[in-house]
Amino acid sequence: MTLLYTEVEEELRASVRDLLTDRCPADAVLKRVESEAPYDMDLWKTLAGDIGVAGLLVPEDYGGAGASAREVAVVLEELGRAVAPLPFFTSSVLATKALLSVGEEDLIQELASGEATAALAVSLAASPYRPLPETVTVTDGGLLNGEIRAVAGADVADVLLVPVGTALYRVEAENARIEVLPSLDLTRPIATVTFSDTPASALGGLDVRSVLNFGAGLLASEQLGVAEWCLGTTLAYIKERRQFARPVGSFQAIKHRMADLWLDVVRARAAARNAADLLSPPDGVEAAGGRELAAAVAKSWCSEVALHVAEESVQLHGGIGMTWEHPVHLYLKRAKATEIALGTPGAHREAVAALADLPAPV
Amino acid sequence: MALDEEAVRERAVAFLAAHDPAGDRLEFLRARFDAGLAWVHFPEGLGGLGAARELQHVVEHELAGTPQINPGLQTIGLGMAAPTILAFGTDEQRGRFLRPLWTGEEIWCQLFSEPGAGSDLATLGTRAVRDAGEWVVDGQKVWTSGAHHSRWAILVARTDPDVPKHRGLTYFVCDMHAPGVEVRPLRQITGEAEFNEVFLTGVRLGDDLRLGEIGDGWRVAQTTLMNERVAIGGAPVKRGGGMVGLLSEVWRSRPEARTHDLHQRLLRLWVEAEVTRLAGTRLREQLSAGQPGPEGSGMKLAFASLNQALSGLDVELRGEEGLAYDDWTFRRSEGVDFVGRGSGYRYLRAKGNSIEGGTSEILRNIVAERVLGLPSEPRVDKDVPWKDLPR
Repeated sequence: MTLLYTEVEEELRASVRDLLTDRCPADAVLKRVESEAPYDMDLWKTLAGDIGVAGLLVPEDYGGAGASAREVAVVLEELGRAVAPLPFFTSSVLATKALLSVGEEDLIQELASGEATAALAVSLAASPYRPLPETVTVTDGGLLNGEIRAVAGADVADVLLVPVGTALYRVEAENARIEVLPSLDLTRPIATVTFSDTPASALGGLDVRSVLNFGAGLLASEQLGVAEWCLGTTLAYIKERRQFARPVGSFQAIKHRMADLWLDVVRARAAARNAADLLSPPDGVEAAGGRELAAAVAKSWCSEVALHVAEESVQLHGGIGMTWEHPVHLYLKRAKATEIALGTPGAHREAVAALADLPAPV
Repeated sequence: MALDEEAVRERAVAFLAAHDPAGDRLEFLRARFDAGLAWVHFPEGLGGLGAARELQHVVEHELAGTPQINPGLQTIGLGMAAPTILAFGTDEQRGRFLRPLWTGEEIWCQLFSEPGAGSDLATLGTRAVRDAGEWVVDGQKVWTSGAHHSRWAILVARTDPDVPKHRGLTYFVCDMHAPGVEVRPLRQITGEAEFNEVFLTGVRLGDDLRLGEIGDGWRVAQTTLMNERVAIGGAPVKRGGGMVGLLSEVWRSRPEARTHDLHQRLLRLWVEAEVTRLAGTRLREQLSAGQPGPEGSGMKLAFASLNQALSGLDVELRGEEGLAYDDWTFRRSEGVDFVGRGSGYRYLRAKGNSIEGGTSEILRNIVAERVLGLPSEPRVDKDVPWKDLPR
């Protein structure tokens, strides 16, 4: 194991970053989020198919790259850095992981190639540590009824994967009602998904909480990317911005805050890398460090760091940071939404209490 | 061609076959140094094999259970003097000093800080004046650990007061047995004296004890200080170990003391300790390729604030026991004892963590300027001769 990036990972990062720099600049994202098509599905086709990120988790036998959580994490860092409106996390991480867990063999090949996109129909606010609310029922004839709120990526999914009890069902998205809501995170909007006698096919048994834990551990890497963009952009700004005939970045009151933010991000990188590394072995192969604990540590730390750096970024940009025109608000919104996503920092710390034997008061 | 892991292991195995670890301890350590197994990344002939730094663990593994050096007593020598001597010493100085430094036959201390020069170390006033091929040193140093049993010290002194402060310094090895060296214990807030004040009065040092060029002392000292920050911030611990481990044990053993507030704070600190540990591990992975850089300053910053928070919570959690203190006696101590001493000692001693080896404020400046590339504050002392500075 290593907490550093391998050469292969750096190459993957470079090709993703090049593409995003070219096709997904901040001003384009800003325009897109208020349009009819907040997701950039043309860009997704290129990224998913040509660079092949959609199949990273999928074994080569099923047309994937046979890579691991480590490479996925690097892609997430870059997507976070660009607040890219793409369904990578929802389709290629959460949905793909769910399909791998149930041993599905057909749809997963379509996802790996980027031909199809899927979403795991759970609330983005679902916690890996609590049972999912049972809001969907299945009839004897295999029809679904009910509603799931705050689902991310459903609006661009061809297929919905719906956990009901301990089973996973496949639903064609066109057969469900998917209503996008005005969302705090403009670059990853949420939708209410409604089923009324919707045909579904059972794919097998699924421990959805282990999928959510996997997702939470990797979301930390996306949060790291958000934090890195905010730190770097703020740094560039305070070197340029002059007040009192000096760059504002020469004042100790500012420098010390930046040093503290940097140190938080350094530790976020180590925590995110550790989680990605320990989440990499296939299910059933327990990594030495304990993958659940690594995911809980990374998600709780990186959530708070991404949010704190984004908030400081707004403040240190002064007036311009409060405008719609400057993209920092997109990062603040992403940071605040991912703080809640797949377990709040406090929920993950509660999990640490159990995993590290630090029992709560009775 | 540098040696690989297998070649280093073979050297260690061959060494062990030829030397009896049950024999004389010092002879064994000297032989280990001569075999290049002291610090494998040092050059051949100076206790090393010119191998990669991370291969040291191979040697430690093979030689586990054999006589060992005393890293506590030798901290300054191993962590600060040795890398500086290696980087700036002449062949004679390296040959003279490194072997007994490593074996522990000669203990080292550090004569940097002064009562009037703490964070602004470059303003220090201890003078070294040339006199017939020797140097005569006068001044006062402070916060010197181990001075009372040191054979040598690394010393920064002012050799030219007529140039700006950073340019008039020279780096020496100070003979602690020379006439005019007086060592007095310095009592600290924990009760005992871990450090000393050192008074230097007409101390004569040969020019062969100068390390680096005349006037280049500031640059030489930077090497020492970078290594110090890594040494302070870089010790490996296992997950849930170290200071957070002590606190966790108290938590587990006292269910009656648990409150929700304490639990939330404990969990936050546990997570912070874990991510800090991981960042240290990652930093060591980076360092194993190259040299310590300014990133080490960040780890020390994290370690200081974490230790203070953990030790403070420890005292609070203990309640009635936290009101007691183990020992206020004014006596000498050989160093920091975060494991053997009481929680009150840990709390008080940890206060020094954000002061020693660069205050947290100075370290934030270093991170901001050297890592993040932010401009420095306007300076009034940069181009003024040291003797003309307001004081």
